[in-house]
Amino acid sequence: MSKTPLQFRHNGRDVAIFVDGGTNLLVALRELIGDMTPKFGCGQGGCGTCSVLVDGELHLSCLTLAETVAGRSVETLDSLKQGPNLHPLQRAFADNFAAQCGYCTPGMLMAAKALLDRNPQPSRAEIVEAISGNICRCTGYEPIINAILAASGGRASA
Amino acid sequence: MTRHRGRGMASINYPIGMNLGGDPSQALVHSNPSGKFTVALSSIDLGQGMKSVTRQICAETLGVPVEDVYVDTADSDTGPHCMGSFASRGTHRVGNAVMAAAREARGVMMEAAAEELEVNAADLETDGRGNIHVKGAPHRSISTKDVAIAAQFKQGKTISGRGIFLVPLSDVDPETGEMSPATCYAHACLVAEVEVDDETGEVAMVRMDSAYELGRALNPRLVEQQLVGGAWMGVSHALYETPEPYYPDPVHGPRDFVEYLMPGPGDICPHDIAVLERPAPDGPFGAKGPGEMCANPVLPAVANAIFNAVGVRIDDLPITPEKVLRAIKAQGGARPQARR
Repeated sequence: MSKTPLQFRHNGRDVAIFVDGGTNLLVALRELIGDMTPKFGCGQGGCGTCSVLVDGELHLSCLTLAETVAGRSVETLDSLKQGPNLHPLQRAFADNFAAQCGYCTPGMLMAAKALLDRNPQPSRAEIVEAISGNICRCTGYEPIINAILAASGGRASA
Repeated sequence: MTRHRGRGMASINYPIGMNLGGDPSQALVHSNPSGKFTVALSSIDLGQGMKSVTRQICAETLGVPVEDVYVDTADSDTGPHCMGSFASRGTHRVGNAVMAAAREARGVMMEAAAEELEVNAADLETDGRGNIHVKGAPHRSISTKDVAIAAQFKQGKTISGRGIFLVPLSDVDPETGEMSPATCYAHACLVAEVEVDDETGEVAMVRMDSAYELGRALNPRLVEQQLVGGAWMGVSHALYETPEPYYPDPVHGPRDFVEYLMPGPGDICPHDIAVLERPAPDGPFGAKGPGEMCANPVLPAVANAIFNAVGVRIDDLPITPEKVLRAIKAQGGARPQARR
């Protein structure tokens, strides 16, 4: 199969790769660019841990054809921290014990970022809605909801 | 047609660890030339916080700041033996092993400090901030870093300790079959309130109230995290998860984890938790550990709540809408029980 050249912005930096037809964005990010922060969970859009932002919008990278992001801006969890400083959402996740095994965390953080970018002070119901495509096995969701509330200036219940 | 509320309760008596082969775990503690300490374990932290808790146990026993301890886990090729992270045994078994290793290492550290300060080791104490001084004379002091350097480069000593925790073997009484499978028990009670839809058979969680007695909570926030999250694993087992849900034709059944049902963030309900601390005589600093117990009482409590709501007794997990609906039909309609 012939390879297609593909250029896009990855966390603010221009990247150029060659992809096989049908390659999904998750594979392109992890295997061709080496950004391991989006995780492979189900590979079918059921768990949300591969979530990334494409032009600021939340996308499941495992269901996104790599070629469709040509010329667009892709943000992954790796873009959140600024040097040694954690993003306020990451800080809030740590302070609220919102991660245990940590496998869902990259997707949860990106879903939360997508929400706060368009709605800086969401209600609890809006937070639940925003992370409803993300599955967590360990936390029971409550600490994650509280962390997002805390990051948005709302009061966490814990 | 109608949504019925029901309340159910369950209490459990939960053994910590097991007695197979003595259920041993080993730990090794040694100081680095920098005066920091490393704990070597084969035990694994699955996210439950065992690294944090064993770090606290080691620091407290050595008498050094928690920042000065690093816990190296999960290499069974090179680490000391551990039975594993299961049976709610981590805090109790591994914690006891770490405590024994740290105690031995502390003995060497105090001897090395005594040699430097030219006093008797029995007259020394740690201040928990990285210094060792003569009791009642804080100015006669040496830092643990300087002790580590002296031990390594001058005295030719390793500041190290070995620890193992092994449960005494309990023989089975040939007459009665009686034995003691565990040395320490944790306890819990949970009340679940549910809403059952008698038209769809769906069960929604309304609230949970629980009390857990788990020895001393060495890290209260980690304990709370386990109890909050674990309860939802219990709900998931009670109402959602099965690799073989009912389908008229198995060909249409699930083939992978995408079709494996679990609760999402929209399914959760308020959960009030009380943690009761009754230190265990044989636990590290009195700890038992929450472990699997955080999920266990949820299942029977939910089953009892469903019975209370619609009068059907489902004894096959998970309690899916289809099972609830069939049971309601079989008894000719919902029969709400007296609310307790």
